[in-house]
Amino acid sequence: MASPSNTAGDSGTASYPTRWTRPPVFIQRAWLRWGLSLLALIWFVLAIGTLDVNWVRVAEGLERGWRFIKGFLTPDFVTRWPDISKGLVESLTMTLTSTVAGVLLSVPVGIGAARNVAPKAVYYVCRSIIAVSRSLQEIIIAILFVTMFGFGPFAGFLTLSFATIGFLAKLLAEDIEDIDEKQMEAIKATGASWLQLINYGVQPQVMPRLIGLSLYRLDINFRESAVIGIVGAGGIGATLNTAIDRYEFDSAGAILLIIIAIVMLAEYSSGYVRRWVQ
Amino acid sequence: MTEQTWQYRTPRHRLVLWVSWLCFVALCVFCWQVMTQDTIWYFVTDAPRQAADLGSRMIPPRWSYLEKLWLPLWDTLNIATLGTLLGVLFAIPVAFLAASNTTPSRLFVRPIALFIIVASRSINSLIWALLLVSIIGPGLLAGIIAIGLRSIGFVAKLLYEAIEETDTIQIEAITATGASRAQILNYAIVPQILPAFCGISVFRWDINIRESTILGLVGAGGIGVQLQASLNTLAWPQVTMIFIVILATVVISEWVSAKVRHAII
Repeated sequence: MASPSNTAGDSGTASYPTRWTRPPVFIQRAWLRWGLSLLALIWFVLAIGTLDVNWVRVAEGLERGWRFIKGFLTPDFVTRWPDISKGLVESLTMTLTSTVAGVLLSVPVGIGAARNVAPKAVYYVCRSIIAVSRSLQEIIIAILFVTMFGFGPFAGFLTLSFATIGFLAKLLAEDIEDIDEKQMEAIKATGASWLQLINYGVQPQVMPRLIGLSLYRLDINFRESAVIGIVGAGGIGATLNTAIDRYEFDSAGAILLIIIAIVMLAEYSSGYVRRWVQ
Repeated sequence: MTEQTWQYRTPRHRLVLWVSWLCFVALCVFCWQVMTQDTIWYFVTDAPRQAADLGSRMIPPRWSYLEKLWLPLWDTLNIATLGTLLGVLFAIPVAFLAASNTTPSRLFVRPIALFIIVASRSINSLIWALLLVSIIGPGLLAGIIAIGLRSIGFVAKLLYEAIEETDTIQIEAITATGASRAQILNYAIVPQILPAFCGISVFRWDINIRESTILGLVGAGGIGVQLQASLNTLAWPQVTMIFIVILATVVISEWVSAKVRHAII
Protein backbone atom coordinates (compact mmCIF):
# COMPACT_ATOMS: atom_id res chain seq x y z
CA MET A 1 0.00 0.00 0.00
CA ALA A 2 2.65 2.52 1.07
CA SER A 3 3.96 4.43 -1.88
CA PRO A 4 7.25 6.04 -0.88
CA SER A 5 7.75 9.31 -2.66
CA ASN A 6 11.27 10.04 -3.71
CA THR A 7 12.44 13.53 -3.14
CA ALA A 8 15.02 14.82 -5.51
CA GLY A 9 18.08 14.86 -3.33
CA ASP A 10 21.73 14.07 -3.72
CA SER A 11 22.52 11.07 -5.86
CA GLY A 12 23.94 9.01 -3.00
CA THR A 13 20.64 8.45 -1.28
CA ALA A 14 18.47 8.62 -4.38
CA SER A 15 17.39 5.00 -4.10
CA TYR A 16 16.35 5.45 -0.50
CA PRO A 17 13.22 7.41 0.27
CA THR A 18 13.88 10.16 2.72
CA ARG A 19 10.26 11.20 3.14
CA TRP A 20 7.17 9.19 3.84
CA THR A 21 3.69 10.31 2.91
CA ARG A 22 0.67 8.61 4.32
CA PRO A 23 -1.05 6.65 1.56
CA PRO A 24 -4.62 7.68 0.71
CA VAL A 25 -7.05 5.63 2.76
CA PHE A 26 -10.01 4.50 0.69
CA ILE A 27 -10.05 6.12 -2.74
CA GLN A 28 -6.86 5.59 -4.67
CA ARG A 29 -7.69 7.75 -7.68
CA ALA A 30 -6.80 11.36 -6.89
CA TRP A 31 -9.38 13.03 -9.17
CA LEU A 32 -12.20 10.96 -7.68
CA ARG A 33 -11.06 11.79 -4.17
CA TRP A 34 -10.90 15.52 -4.90
CA GLY A 35 -14.16 15.42 -6.83
CA LEU A 36 -16.02 13.76 -3.97
CA SER A 37 -14.51 16.17 -1.45
CA LEU A 38 -15.62 19.10 -3.62
CA LEU A 39 -19.16 17.68 -3.89
CA ALA A 40 -19.26 17.21 -0.14
CA LEU A 41 -18.14 20.80 0.35
CA ILE A 42 -20.81 22.12 -2.04
CA TRP A 43 -23.45 20.07 -0.25
CA PHE A 44 -22.25 21.33 3.11
CA VAL A 45 -22.45 25.00 2.04
CA LEU A 46 -25.93 24.45 0.55
CA ALA A 47 -27.12 22.59 3.64
CA ILE A 48 -25.88 25.27 6.01
CA GLY A 49 -27.36 27.89 3.68
CA THR A 50 -30.86 26.39 3.81
CA LEU A 51 -30.71 25.87 7.55
CA ASP A 52 -32.68 29.03 8.40
CA VAL A 53 -32.16 29.30 12.14
CA ASN A 54 -34.01 31.85 14.22
CA TRP A 55 -31.05 32.95 16.33
CA VAL A 56 -33.13 35.29 18.47
CA ARG A 57 -35.31 32.38 19.52
CA VAL A 58 -32.21 30.27 20.18
CA ALA A 59 -30.70 32.98 22.37
CA GLU A 60 -33.95 33.25 24.28
CA GLY A 61 -33.91 29.49 24.72
CA LEU A 62 -30.47 29.38 26.28
CA GLU A 63 -31.91 30.49 29.60
CA ARG A 64 -34.44 27.66 29.39
CA GLY A 65 -31.64 25.27 28.47
CA TRP A 66 -29.81 26.33 31.57
CA ARG A 67 -32.97 25.67 33.59
CA PHE A 68 -33.21 22.21 32.05
CA ILE A 69 -29.63 21.41 33.04
CA LYS A 70 -30.40 22.62 36.56
CA GLY A 71 -33.59 20.55 36.56
CA PHE A 72 -31.57 17.54 35.43
CA LEU A 73 -29.12 18.04 38.31
CA THR A 74 -31.85 18.65 40.89
CA PRO A 75 -34.59 16.31 39.70
CA ASP A 76 -38.03 16.56 41.28
CA PHE A 77 -39.43 13.08 41.80
CA VAL A 78 -42.13 14.12 44.27
CA THR A 79 -44.51 16.66 42.73
CA ARG A 80 -45.60 14.58 39.77
CA TRP A 81 -44.96 11.20 41.35
CA PRO A 82 -48.51 9.83 40.78
CA ASP A 83 -48.23 10.61 37.04
CA ILE A 84 -44.66 9.33 36.83
CA SER A 85 -45.39 6.06 38.62
CA LYS A 86 -48.48 5.47 36.47
CA GLY A 87 -46.51 6.06 33.29
CA LEU A 88 -43.68 3.89 34.54
CA VAL A 89 -46.00 0.99 35.42
CA GLU A 90 -47.61 1.26 31.99
CA SER A 91 -44.21 1.32 30.30
CA LEU A 92 -42.81 -1.63 32.24
CA THR A 93 -45.89 -3.86 31.87
CA MET A 94 -46.13 -2.93 28.20
CA THR A 95 -42.45 -3.79 27.72
CA LEU A 96 -42.67 -7.22 29.33
CA THR A 97 -45.94 -8.35 27.76
CA SER A 98 -45.03 -7.10 24.30
CA THR A 99 -41.60 -8.73 24.42
CA VAL A 100 -43.11 -12.07 25.46
CA ALA A 101 -45.83 -11.84 22.80
CA GLY A 102 -43.30 -10.69 20.22
CA VAL A 103 -40.91 -13.55 20.99
CA LEU A 104 -43.72 -16.12 20.87
CA LEU A 105 -44.83 -14.80 17.47
CA SER A 106 -41.37 -14.35 16.05
CA VAL A 107 -40.26 -17.94 16.71
CA PRO A 108 -42.61 -19.46 14.09
CA VAL A 109 -41.97 -16.55 11.70
CA GLY A 110 -38.23 -16.91 12.21
CA ILE A 111 -38.31 -20.66 11.57
CA GLY A 112 -40.44 -20.03 8.49
CA ALA A 113 -37.97 -17.44 7.22
CA ALA A 114 -34.97 -19.78 7.44
CA ARG A 115 -34.17 -21.15 4.00
CA ASN A 116 -32.79 -24.48 5.21
CA VAL A 117 -35.82 -25.64 7.22
CA ALA A 118 -38.84 -24.02 5.55
CA PRO A 119 -40.47 -24.69 2.18
CA LYS A 120 -40.10 -21.98 -0.47
CA ALA A 121 -43.67 -20.63 -0.25
CA VAL A 122 -43.55 -20.27 3.55
CA TYR A 123 -40.10 -18.71 3.27
CA TYR A 124 -41.33 -15.88 1.03
CA VAL A 125 -44.41 -15.18 3.18
CA CYS A 126 -42.34 -14.99 6.38
CA ARG A 127 -39.62 -12.89 4.76
CA SER A 128 -42.21 -10.36 3.60
CA ILE A 129 -43.73 -10.18 7.09
CA ILE A 130 -40.24 -9.39 8.40
CA ALA A 131 -39.60 -6.81 5.68
CA VAL A 132 -42.85 -4.97 6.41
CA SER A 133 -42.26 -4.98 10.15
CA ARG A 134 -38.68 -3.77 9.82
CA SER A 135 -39.20 -1.00 7.32
CA LEU A 136 -41.94 0.76 9.29
CA GLN A 137 -40.74 2.67 12.32
CA GLU A 138 -42.32 2.04 15.69
CA ILE A 139 -43.76 5.53 15.82
CA ILE A 140 -45.54 5.18 12.47
CA ILE A 141 -47.03 1.84 13.49
CA ALA A 142 -48.05 3.43 16.79
CA ILE A 143 -49.88 6.23 14.96
CA LEU A 144 -51.85 3.68 12.95
CA PHE A 145 -52.58 1.41 15.92
CA VAL A 146 -53.69 4.31 18.10
CA THR A 147 -56.18 5.27 15.39
CA MET A 148 -57.45 1.71 15.17
CA PHE A 149 -57.42 0.58 18.81
CA GLY A 150 -57.83 3.83 20.69
CA PHE A 151 -55.41 5.60 23.03
CA GLY A 152 -53.60 3.76 25.79
CA PRO A 153 -51.04 1.06 26.46
CA PHE A 154 -52.89 -1.61 24.46
CA ALA A 155 -51.99 0.16 21.20
CA GLY A 156 -48.44 0.44 22.51
CA PHE A 157 -48.39 -3.26 23.34
CA LEU A 158 -49.43 -4.13 19.78
CA THR A 159 -46.88 -1.73 18.30
CA LEU A 160 -43.97 -3.12 20.26
CA SER A 161 -45.01 -6.73 19.62
CA PHE A 162 -45.17 -6.04 15.90
CA ALA A 163 -41.78 -4.34 15.92
CA THR A 164 -40.29 -7.22 17.93
CA ILE A 165 -41.34 -9.71 15.25
CA GLY A 166 -39.32 -7.97 12.55
CA PHE A 167 -36.21 -7.64 14.68
CA LEU A 168 -36.18 -11.04 16.35
CA ALA A 169 -37.48 -13.17 13.48
CA LYS A 170 -34.85 -11.79 11.11
CA LEU A 171 -31.95 -12.48 13.46
CA LEU A 172 -33.37 -15.88 14.43
CA ALA A 173 -33.78 -16.85 10.77
CA GLU A 174 -30.19 -15.84 10.02
CA ASP A 175 -29.04 -17.82 13.02
CA ILE A 176 -30.95 -20.92 11.89
CA GLU A 177 -29.45 -20.59 8.41
CA ASP A 178 -25.99 -20.54 9.98
CA ILE A 179 -26.35 -23.66 12.14
CA ASP A 180 -24.22 -26.75 11.83
CA GLU A 181 -25.90 -28.86 9.15
CA LYS A 182 -24.28 -32.07 10.38
CA GLN A 183 -26.28 -32.16 13.59
CA MET A 184 -29.46 -31.67 11.62
CA GLU A 185 -28.51 -34.46 9.23
CA ALA A 186 -27.78 -36.79 12.13
CA ILE A 187 -31.23 -36.17 13.58
CA LYS A 188 -32.79 -36.57 10.15
CA ALA A 189 -31.00 -39.89 9.68
CA THR A 190 -32.76 -41.31 12.75
CA GLY A 191 -36.06 -40.86 10.92
CA ALA A 192 -37.20 -37.82 12.87
CA SER A 193 -40.25 -35.88 11.80
CA TRP A 194 -39.98 -32.20 10.92
CA LEU A 195 -41.07 -31.12 14.40
CA GLN A 196 -38.54 -33.44 16.02
CA LEU A 197 -35.92 -32.09 13.66
CA ILE A 198 -36.62 -28.53 14.81
CA ASN A 199 -36.77 -29.59 18.45
CA TYR A 200 -33.58 -31.70 18.57
CA GLY A 201 -31.54 -30.49 15.60
CA VAL A 202 -32.13 -26.76 15.49
CA GLN A 203 -33.41 -25.55 18.86
CA PRO A 204 -30.38 -26.52 20.98
CA GLN A 205 -28.08 -24.68 18.59
CA VAL A 206 -29.98 -21.39 18.50
CA MET A 207 -31.38 -21.27 22.03
CA PRO A 208 -28.57 -19.30 23.77
CA ARG A 209 -28.60 -16.66 21.08
CA LEU A 210 -32.39 -16.49 21.09
CA ILE A 211 -32.38 -15.80 24.83
CA GLY A 212 -29.69 -13.17 24.43
CA LEU A 213 -31.59 -11.45 21.62
CA SER A 214 -34.86 -11.54 23.59
CA LEU A 215 -33.18 -9.79 26.51
CA TYR A 216 -31.69 -7.24 24.16
CA ARG A 217 -35.13 -6.67 22.64
CA LEU A 218 -36.59 -6.22 26.14
CA ASP A 219 -34.12 -3.40 26.58
CA ILE A 220 -35.02 -1.85 23.20
CA ASN A 221 -38.74 -2.18 23.87
CA PHE A 222 -38.41 -0.29 27.12
CA ARG A 223 -36.60 2.52 25.36
CA GLU A 224 -39.19 2.57 22.60
CA SER A 225 -42.04 2.50 25.11
CA ALA A 226 -40.74 5.85 26.32
CA VAL A 227 -41.20 7.24 22.82
CA ILE A 228 -44.49 5.92 21.51
CA GLY A 229 -46.33 7.65 24.36
CA ILE A 230 -45.74 10.88 22.44
CA VAL A 231 -48.33 9.82 19.86
CA GLY A 232 -50.73 8.51 22.50
CA ALA A 233 -49.76 4.86 22.90
CA GLY A 234 -49.37 4.99 26.67
CA GLY A 235 -46.32 4.69 28.85
CA ILE A 236 -43.81 7.09 30.36
CA GLY A 237 -43.47 9.01 27.09
CA ALA A 238 -46.86 10.64 27.58
CA THR A 239 -45.87 11.80 31.08
CA LEU A 240 -42.58 13.11 29.76
CA ASN A 241 -44.29 14.92 26.93
CA THR A 242 -46.66 16.63 29.38
CA ALA A 243 -43.83 17.58 31.71
CA ILE A 244 -41.83 19.16 28.89
CA ASP A 245 -44.90 20.92 27.49
CA ARG A 246 -45.47 22.52 30.88
CA TYR A 247 -41.77 23.52 31.03
CA GLU A 248 -41.46 21.46 34.24
CA PHE A 249 -37.84 20.62 33.59
CA ASP A 250 -37.19 19.23 37.07
CA SER A 251 -39.92 16.60 36.63
CA ALA A 252 -38.69 15.91 33.07
CA GLY A 253 -35.16 15.50 34.44
CA ALA A 254 -36.45 13.03 37.01
CA ILE A 255 -38.19 10.98 34.30
CA LEU A 256 -35.09 10.99 32.10
CA LEU A 257 -32.93 9.88 35.04
CA ILE A 258 -35.36 7.04 35.76
CA ILE A 259 -35.23 5.94 32.11
CA ILE A 260 -31.42 6.04 32.10
CA ALA A 261 -31.26 4.10 35.38
CA ILE A 262 -33.62 1.38 34.15
CA VAL A 263 -31.77 1.04 30.85
CA MET A 264 -28.44 0.73 32.68
CA LEU A 265 -29.94 -1.83 35.07
CA ALA A 266 -31.36 -3.82 32.15
CA GLU A 267 -28.02 -3.75 30.36
CA TYR A 268 -26.05 -5.00 33.36
CA SER A 269 -28.56 -7.66 34.35
CA SER A 270 -28.97 -8.92 30.79
CA GLY A 271 -25.21 -9.40 30.58
CA TYR A 272 -25.39 -11.37 33.83
CA VAL A 273 -28.35 -13.50 32.66
CA ARG A 274 -26.68 -14.23 29.34
CA ARG A 275 -23.54 -15.51 31.08
CA TRP A 276 -25.71 -17.63 33.36
CA VAL A 277 -27.64 -19.15 30.45
CA GLN A 278 -24.63 -20.09 28.36
CA MET B 1 -33.07 -52.54 41.18
CA THR B 2 -35.29 -50.51 38.90
CA GLU B 3 -33.99 -49.53 35.56
CA GLN B 4 -32.85 -45.94 35.51
CA THR B 5 -33.46 -43.87 32.43
CA TRP B 6 -31.03 -41.14 31.55
CA GLN B 7 -32.32 -37.66 32.16
CA TYR B 8 -30.77 -34.39 31.13
CA ARG B 9 -31.26 -32.57 34.44
CA THR B 10 -31.21 -33.50 38.10
CA PRO B 11 -34.61 -33.44 39.87
CA ARG B 12 -33.56 -30.40 41.84
CA HIS B 13 -32.57 -28.54 38.70
CA ARG B 14 -35.88 -29.46 37.07
CA LEU B 15 -37.81 -28.19 40.07
CA VAL B 16 -35.97 -24.87 40.02
CA LEU B 17 -36.58 -24.55 36.30
CA TRP B 18 -40.27 -25.36 36.67
CA VAL B 19 -40.78 -22.88 39.53
CA SER B 20 -38.99 -20.10 37.67
CA TRP B 21 -41.14 -20.70 34.59
CA LEU B 22 -44.23 -20.59 36.80
CA CYS B 23 -43.12 -17.30 38.34
CA PHE B 24 -42.36 -15.87 34.92
CA VAL B 25 -45.77 -16.79 33.51
CA ALA B 26 -47.47 -15.43 36.62
CA LEU B 27 -45.54 -12.19 36.22
CA CYS B 28 -46.59 -11.92 32.58
CA VAL B 29 -50.25 -12.51 33.43
CA PHE B 30 -50.05 -9.96 36.23
CA CYS B 31 -48.45 -7.40 33.91
CA TRP B 32 -51.13 -8.07 31.33
CA GLN B 33 -53.84 -7.48 33.94
CA VAL B 34 -52.26 -4.23 35.10
CA MET B 35 -51.72 -3.01 31.57
CA THR B 36 -55.21 -3.72 30.29
CA GLN B 37 -57.22 -2.59 33.32
CA ASP B 38 -57.95 0.77 31.69
CA THR B 39 -58.36 -0.58 28.18
CA ILE B 40 -61.76 0.04 26.68
CA TRP B 41 -62.43 -3.29 24.98
CA TYR B 42 -65.18 -1.84 22.84
CA PHE B 43 -62.54 0.11 20.90
CA VAL B 44 -60.43 -3.02 20.52
CA THR B 45 -63.26 -5.18 19.19
CA ASP B 46 -64.16 -2.28 16.95
CA ALA B 47 -60.65 -2.26 15.44
CA PRO B 48 -61.31 -4.24 12.24
CA ARG B 49 -64.05 -1.82 11.26
CA GLN B 50 -61.79 1.11 12.13
CA ALA B 51 -58.96 -0.43 10.12
CA ALA B 52 -61.21 -0.87 7.09
CA ASP B 53 -62.40 2.70 7.49
CA LEU B 54 -58.83 3.97 7.78
CA GLY B 55 -57.82 1.95 4.75
CA SER B 56 -60.61 3.40 2.66
CA ARG B 57 -59.55 6.91 3.68
CA MET B 58 -55.85 6.36 3.08
CA ILE B 59 -56.16 4.87 -0.39
CA PRO B 60 -55.45 6.21 -2.94
CA PRO B 61 -52.52 8.43 -1.89
CA ARG B 62 -52.59 12.01 -3.10
CA TRP B 63 -49.79 11.94 -5.64
CA SER B 64 -50.01 15.66 -6.33
CA TYR B 65 -48.86 16.28 -2.76
CA LEU B 66 -45.46 14.91 -3.73
CA GLU B 67 -44.19 18.23 -5.10
CA LYS B 68 -44.68 19.86 -1.72
CA LEU B 69 -42.54 17.16 -0.11
CA TRP B 70 -39.23 17.72 -1.90
CA LEU B 71 -38.10 20.60 0.31
CA PRO B 72 -38.97 18.82 3.60
CA LEU B 73 -37.18 15.75 2.24
CA TRP B 74 -34.05 17.82 1.55
CA ASP B 75 -34.33 19.19 5.10
CA THR B 76 -34.68 15.66 6.46
CA LEU B 77 -31.54 14.50 4.67
CA ASN B 78 -29.68 17.54 5.97
CA ILE B 79 -30.83 16.93 9.52
CA ALA B 80 -29.61 13.35 9.34
CA THR B 81 -26.27 14.13 7.71
CA LEU B 82 -25.37 17.26 9.68
CA GLY B 83 -26.57 15.53 12.86
CA THR B 84 -24.33 12.55 12.12
CA LEU B 85 -21.37 14.88 11.53
CA LEU B 86 -22.04 16.65 14.81
CA GLY B 87 -22.42 13.40 16.69
CA VAL B 88 -19.27 11.89 15.20
CA LEU B 89 -17.30 15.04 15.99
CA PHE B 90 -18.14 14.74 19.69
CA ALA B 91 -18.06 10.95 19.75
CA ILE B 92 -14.37 10.73 18.79
CA PRO B 93 -12.95 12.40 21.93
CA VAL B 94 -15.51 10.63 24.12
CA ALA B 95 -14.50 7.27 22.64
CA PHE B 96 -10.80 7.92 23.25
CA LEU B 97 -11.56 8.97 26.82
CA ALA B 98 -13.70 5.86 27.38
CA ALA B 99 -11.36 3.24 25.91
CA SER B 100 -9.34 1.73 28.74
CA ASN B 101 -6.09 1.74 26.74
CA THR B 102 -6.21 5.40 25.72
CA THR B 103 -8.03 7.09 28.60
CA PRO B 104 -5.94 9.56 30.60
CA SER B 105 -7.43 8.39 33.89
CA ARG B 106 -9.21 5.10 34.42
CA LEU B 107 -10.60 6.22 37.76
CA PHE B 108 -12.05 9.64 37.00
CA VAL B 109 -12.33 10.32 33.26
CA ARG B 110 -13.47 6.90 32.09
CA PRO B 111 -16.64 6.68 34.24
CA ILE B 112 -17.68 10.17 33.10
CA ALA B 113 -17.18 9.23 29.45
CA LEU B 114 -19.10 5.98 29.99
CA PHE B 115 -21.95 7.89 31.63
CA ILE B 116 -22.12 10.27 28.66
CA ILE B 117 -22.36 7.24 26.38
CA VAL B 118 -25.11 5.58 28.42
CA ALA B 119 -27.12 8.79 28.86
CA SER B 120 -26.97 9.54 25.16
CA ARG B 121 -27.82 5.98 24.18
CA SER B 122 -30.74 5.40 26.50
CA ILE B 123 -32.68 8.49 25.41
CA ASN B 124 -34.28 8.24 22.00
CA SER B 125 -33.65 11.03 19.51
CA LEU B 126 -37.37 11.87 19.52
CA ILE B 127 -37.14 12.67 23.24
CA TRP B 128 -34.00 14.72 22.68
CA ALA B 129 -35.92 16.56 19.96
CA LEU B 130 -38.88 17.12 22.29
CA LEU B 131 -36.55 18.69 24.83
CA LEU B 132 -34.63 20.78 22.33
CA VAL B 133 -37.76 22.08 20.65
CA SER B 134 -38.96 23.38 23.99
CA ILE B 135 -35.54 24.86 24.71
CA ILE B 136 -34.36 26.43 21.43
CA GLY B 137 -37.64 26.47 19.55
CA PRO B 138 -38.94 24.41 16.63
CA GLY B 139 -36.86 24.06 13.50
CA LEU B 140 -34.04 22.22 11.83
CA LEU B 141 -31.44 23.15 14.41
CA ALA B 142 -33.29 21.30 17.18
CA GLY B 143 -33.46 18.24 14.94
CA ILE B 144 -29.77 18.37 14.07
CA ILE B 145 -28.71 18.69 17.69
CA ALA B 146 -31.13 15.93 18.74
CA ILE B 147 -29.72 13.55 16.13
CA GLY B 148 -26.20 14.57 17.13
CA LEU B 149 -26.79 13.96 20.83
CA ARG B 150 -28.26 10.53 20.18
CA SER B 151 -25.43 9.61 17.80
CA ILE B 152 -22.66 10.41 20.29
CA GLY B 153 -23.45 7.41 22.48
CA PHE B 154 -23.89 4.97 19.62
CA VAL B 155 -20.74 5.95 17.70
CA ALA B 156 -18.63 6.38 20.84
CA LYS B 157 -19.63 2.98 22.22
CA LEU B 158 -18.77 1.07 19.06
CA LEU B 159 -15.64 3.15 18.51
CA TYR B 160 -14.22 2.66 22.00
CA GLU B 161 -14.77 -1.07 21.67
CA ALA B 162 -12.82 -0.92 18.41
CA ILE B 163 -10.05 1.05 20.12
CA GLU B 164 -9.85 -1.50 22.92
CA GLU B 165 -9.52 -4.29 20.38
CA THR B 166 -6.55 -2.73 18.58
CA ASP B 167 -3.44 -4.80 18.08
CA THR B 168 -1.00 -3.99 20.92
CA ILE B 169 2.02 -5.17 18.93
CA GLN B 170 1.70 -2.31 16.46
CA ILE B 171 1.30 0.18 19.28
CA GLU B 172 4.39 -1.20 20.99
CA ALA B 173 6.35 -0.96 17.76
CA ILE B 174 5.51 2.72 17.39
CA THR B 175 6.19 3.32 21.08
CA ALA B 176 9.61 1.71 20.68
CA THR B 177 10.61 4.36 18.13
CA GLY B 178 10.26 6.97 20.86
CA ALA B 179 6.98 8.39 19.64
CA SER B 180 4.99 10.76 21.80
CA ARG B 181 1.46 9.92 22.94
CA ALA B 182 -0.06 11.95 20.13
CA GLN B 183 2.17 10.23 17.59
CA ILE B 184 1.18 6.82 18.94
CA LEU B 185 -2.47 7.78 18.47
CA ASN B 186 -1.83 9.07 14.98
CA TYR B 187 0.36 6.26 13.62
CA ALA B 188 -0.58 3.18 15.66
CA ILE B 189 -4.20 3.49 16.70
CA VAL B 190 -5.90 5.63 14.06
CA PRO B 191 -4.93 3.46 11.06
CA GLN B 192 -6.27 0.40 12.89
CA ILE B 193 -9.66 1.86 13.76
CA LEU B 194 -10.24 3.93 10.62
CA PRO B 195 -12.22 1.28 8.67
CA ALA B 196 -14.34 0.49 11.72
CA PHE B 197 -14.90 4.18 12.31
CA CYS B 198 -16.11 4.83 8.76
CA GLY B 199 -18.34 1.76 8.87
CA ILE B 200 -19.89 2.88 12.16
CA SER B 201 -20.45 6.42 10.88
CA VAL B 202 -22.20 5.26 7.72
CA PHE B 203 -24.28 2.81 9.72
CA ARG B 204 -25.32 5.57 12.10
CA TRP B 205 -26.10 7.86 9.16
CA ASP B 206 -28.48 5.22 7.85
CA ILE B 207 -30.23 4.95 11.23
CA ASN B 208 -30.33 8.74 11.49
CA ILE B 209 -32.14 9.08 8.15
CA ARG B 210 -34.74 6.71 9.56
CA GLU B 211 -35.09 8.71 12.76
CA SER B 212 -35.00 12.16 11.20
CA THR B 213 -38.07 11.37 9.10
CA ILE B 214 -40.22 11.37 12.25
CA LEU B 215 -38.52 14.12 14.27
CA GLY B 216 -40.95 16.61 12.79
CA LEU B 217 -43.76 15.06 14.80
CA VAL B 218 -42.52 17.09 17.75
CA GLY B 219 -41.62 20.10 15.63
CA ALA B 220 -37.96 19.49 14.90
CA GLY B 221 -38.15 20.02 11.14
CA GLY B 222 -38.09 17.73 8.14
CA ILE B 223 -40.80 15.68 6.55
CA GLY B 224 -42.33 14.83 9.93
CA VAL B 225 -43.71 18.37 10.18
CA GLN B 226 -45.83 17.66 7.11
CA LEU B 227 -46.83 14.35 8.63
CA GLN B 228 -47.95 16.01 11.83
CA ALA B 229 -49.89 18.68 9.91
CA SER B 230 -51.62 16.06 7.76
CA LEU B 231 -52.45 13.93 10.80
CA ASN B 232 -53.91 16.90 12.63
CA THR B 233 -56.16 17.78 9.70
CA LEU B 234 -57.01 14.07 9.19
CA ALA B 235 -55.79 14.34 5.61
CA TRP B 236 -55.18 10.61 5.28
CA PRO B 237 -54.34 10.53 1.53
CA GLN B 238 -51.48 12.94 2.28
CA VAL B 239 -50.38 10.76 5.20
CA THR B 240 -50.17 7.77 2.87
CA MET B 241 -48.12 9.81 0.41
CA ILE B 242 -45.72 10.82 3.20
CA PHE B 243 -45.43 7.20 4.36
CA ILE B 244 -44.51 6.18 0.83
CA VAL B 245 -41.82 8.88 0.61
CA ILE B 246 -40.42 7.93 4.03
CA LEU B 247 -40.36 4.25 3.10
CA ALA B 248 -38.58 4.98 -0.18
CA THR B 249 -36.01 7.18 1.56
CA VAL B 250 -35.33 4.57 4.20
CA VAL B 251 -34.91 1.79 1.64
CA ILE B 252 -32.57 3.89 -0.52
CA SER B 253 -30.44 5.01 2.43
CA GLU B 254 -30.19 1.43 3.64
CA TRP B 255 -29.02 0.36 0.18
CA VAL B 256 -26.45 3.19 -0.01
CA SER B 257 -25.09 2.45 3.44
CA ALA B 258 -24.83 -1.27 2.70
CA LYS B 259 -22.92 -0.50 -0.54
CA VAL B 260 -20.56 1.95 1.15
CA ARG B 261 -19.87 -0.33 4.09
CA HIS B 262 -19.23 -3.19 1.71
CA ALA B 263 -16.73 -1.04 -0.19
CA ILE B 264 -14.94 0.09 2.99
CA ILE B 265 -14.64 -3.14 4.93
